[in-house]
Amino acid sequence: MKVNLLINGQKKTFLIEAGDYLLDTLRKQNYLSVKKGCDNSSCGVCTVLFDGKPIKACSLLTAKTEGHEVTTVEGIQDEADKLSDYFGQEGADQCGFCTPGMALAVHALKVENSNPTDEEIKEYLTGNLCRCTGYQSQHIAIRNYLEDK
Amino acid sequence: MKVVKQVLPSVDGKGLMMGRPAYTDDLADPNCLIVKVLRSPHPHAKIVTIDTSKAEALEGVELVLTYKDFERRPHTRAGQGYPEPSPYDKFVLDQWVRYVGDEAACVAAVDDATADAALKLIEIEWDILEPILDFEKALDNPVLIHPEPEIFENFPIGFDPKRNLAAGYHMEVGNVEDSLKDCEVVVDETFFTQAQAHAAMEPHTVNAKFDYQNRLMIYTSTQTPFHVRRIISQALNFPLSRIRVIKPRVGGGFGGKQHIHGELLVSTVTIKTGKPAKMVYTRKEVFESSFQRHPMKINIKLGATKEGVLKAIDCYILSDTGAYGEHALTVFMVAGAKVLPLYNKVDSVRFYGDVVYTNHTSAGAYRGYGAIQGNFAVESSIDMLCEKLGMDPIEFRQKNMILKDETSPIFAIMGEGTEGIAMNMESCELAYCVTRGKELINWDKKYPRVELPDSKVKGVGMAIAMQGSGIPYIDMGAATIKLNDDGFYNLLIGATDIGQGSDTILAQIAAEALGTTLDKVIVYSSDTDLTPFDVGAYASSTTYVSGNAVYKAAMKMRGEILVEAALALGVNVEDIEYDGVLIKAGDKEMTLVDLSNRLYYSEDQKQLMVTSSYFGTKSPPPFMAGFVEVDVDTETGELEIIDYVSVVDCGTPINLALAKGQVEGGIVQGIGMAVYEEVIYTKKGKKVNNDFLNYHIPTRREINKLTTEFAESYEKSGPFGAKSVGEIGIDTPPAAIANAVYNAVGVRITTLPITPEKILAGILANKAKK
Repeated sequence: MKVNLLINGQKKTFLIEAGDYLLDTLRKQNYLSVKKGCDNSSCGVCTVLFDGKPIKACSLLTAKTEGHEVTTVEGIQDEADKLSDYFGQEGADQCGFCTPGMALAVHALKVENSNPTDEEIKEYLTGNLCRCTGYQSQHIAIRNYLEDK
Repeated sequence: MKVVKQVLPSVDGKGLMMGRPAYTDDLADPNCLIVKVLRSPHPHAKIVTIDTSKAEALEGVELVLTYKDFERRPHTRAGQGYPEPSPYDKFVLDQWVRYVGDEAACVAAVDDATADAALKLIEIEWDILEPILDFEKALDNPVLIHPEPEIFENFPIGFDPKRNLAAGYHMEVGNVEDSLKDCEVVVDETFFTQAQAHAAMEPHTVNAKFDYQNRLMIYTSTQTPFHVRRIISQALNFPLSRIRVIKPRVGGGFGGKQHIHGELLVSTVTIKTGKPAKMVYTRKEVFESSFQRHPMKINIKLGATKEGVLKAIDCYILSDTGAYGEHALTVFMVAGAKVLPLYNKVDSVRFYGDVVYTNHTSAGAYRGYGAIQGNFAVESSIDMLCEKLGMDPIEFRQKNMILKDETSPIFAIMGEGTEGIAMNMESCELAYCVTRGKELINWDKKYPRVELPDSKVKGVGMAIAMQGSGIPYIDMGAATIKLNDDGFYNLLIGATDIGQGSDTILAQIAAEALGTTLDKVIVYSSDTDLTPFDVGAYASSTTYVSGNAVYKAAMKMRGEILVEAALALGVNVEDIEYDGVLIKAGDKEMTLVDLSNRLYYSEDQKQLMVTSSYFGTKSPPPFMAGFVEVDVDTETGELEIIDYVSVVDCGTPINLALAKGQVEGGIVQGIGMAVYEEVIYTKKGKKVNNDFLNYHIPTRREINKLTTEFAESYEKSGPFGAKSVGEIGIDTPPAAIANAVYNAVGVRITTLPITPEKILAGILANKAKK
């Protein structure tokens, strides 16, 4: 089947199987920033924005994106560039496997709530797991980014 | 220092966050075959017949592999230096399977769906064998997990498969039984530690292809590219010279990727078909079919005088290596070697035990291996001893723990799989770590407990820990530095960045020694064709061993630059002043940029390129004191970790931000082991929690506050004074949290993890006693 969607502002048509998940479609189409860490929405490394909201691409059927907009980190390069400077200052980017998804989630949070509390940041990003950093350095980096320090 | 001991962003973090393709799966050939494994549903079984004809007939299936396709060449997947101190007890595919998830057969097909369909078409008639699922019943059990005759040990490690014994060990200093008899206060307690999953975000992934010279090129998510190359050659009888292993970016390792995973099957597919192939573990496979931390039963006896002088430590450990013996002996030995020297003033110490086979997922290397288990038992029992003595646990430790310029006989006796090396603690700021940590947690105000409203109690607890810095007389790392025109350098290293930031800190060491800036040192690492050898990322070796190699290479390069500068300026080397940028001799001067351009294009043309190796002759331990503040709900047993204070002596932290990241990442994995994580099996040996919904690694909501500081410390034998920092962070949380819970509510947890159920059961039992 064919699916028509907007990826990072560009109109795309993909030929897919009905049961394909968005994560696999995106990787096949060379959007390699979207990582596969699990297959049941539990790790967050495949986070993309679906009409601006963070979702787990491993658990959304590609067919459901018909007529919708999907954003990967390739579509928010300036924001990711800036956020990575804050991560670098805190040593908050170790293996980097979770960071593209994290950048998208942080970007969505900033759009939704430009002045979140610490608890709101944690709540919003809970589904984006990280096994390397222990989270605190990421939290400080994200807060500084949001406060534009 | 301008580059070292600074906060500098990692060299790779920005590109990775911006989503540049960099990991093994990102680099796979788009048309590669998909390799999948049919995994055993039984914990212990023999394949009577296996029929692959239907799978082979399916359109799109390229190849089906069974044990019949492999020569029986025993090997170990441990990923250690050669000869390994792990038994050669594994075959690529075998007629026997030994745990739920073990490899029974393998398919290669054009896509995922075809590979999955083919797996379902393989028909196996099983002879289901009695499994051993309780490691306390494994030794001398009539059921033998490894009856096969071909397996062997490379050198004596206590391997005795007829007893289900993968390894065994015994050592004693003094006479423990006599010392204990003389002690006025004795503690005798048994502790259990659980299996823990590494849970790196990137699943195990490998891809292979033949290059244009018909050499086997393997990209793999590994911590040990050179060992992988060697083991592929050994296990598949394929010429070493025709194998190139490249480690791209790795999405976390923590020891899990020290081992061989899919490399042998994927290589076989490519060798047999000539086509590119890849395997990406599912998350379920990562949980069930990779490796995990060795569960242990640890019996500790401590004896002291009534004045609080520790006299004797007796430690017996039974360790569960699971189906195969990767790291069986070494993890076991580290439980003693990296814990017992903390209390170096004892008269006698004994450490002994058995590492047994069971029909569980194989245990292997996991950050802090052995040390975290041993630390939980020893540091919990020290607090128990202090209670019997009526002595403050910090005062007791200050009196009995190892200090600067001291040693322990254990250093010489126990290494990792071999004898150890005598060492004096030329850098050891443990005393400062304890004093400073005590201040930071505000111990005097909070110890042992503070009653809070709403049935809650606050408690504090602490533990001390040590690690090593590489494996002396075994680990070697090498570095090559090349000077380019325009005065920048390539740093080529075998060392393996798995996300911990080794590319960055090794480039910092090079830049500092060369007198240049980080952007002028271009790092390329872990390619067996292009970079020099390094054992890889394990045993807390990279900063110290590889770092020393980089330092030596950089100093050698400086020397060569001076020789060329002297020639160019027509002066003697001794007359030159050089700061890494400007070369001056009296009134003559030139820049490094000028010199490097001259060497490439105008006069005395040559390539400056140097290689240095470092072979450790000691393993200076980093030390730390961990302090934790917990709130316990006495009605529910719920535990909240309020603050975790770490004061660490890792010598010079090469990168302040990344070193802190190593400590905090370790602390949170240690908190996971202490409180949240446990691999659970059904009674039939199948894993219950094989995904992130059921296996609970800490999320950001559980982490309230981490307070991390470094002691001022300088290890003379390390690069710019550095020791290791990769593992030390993980060691203290189990004991510190157990001690804090005891201080809060009087419940001593001896079996990890420390769950609300266990705490509440203890509270209720204490109430019943009253």
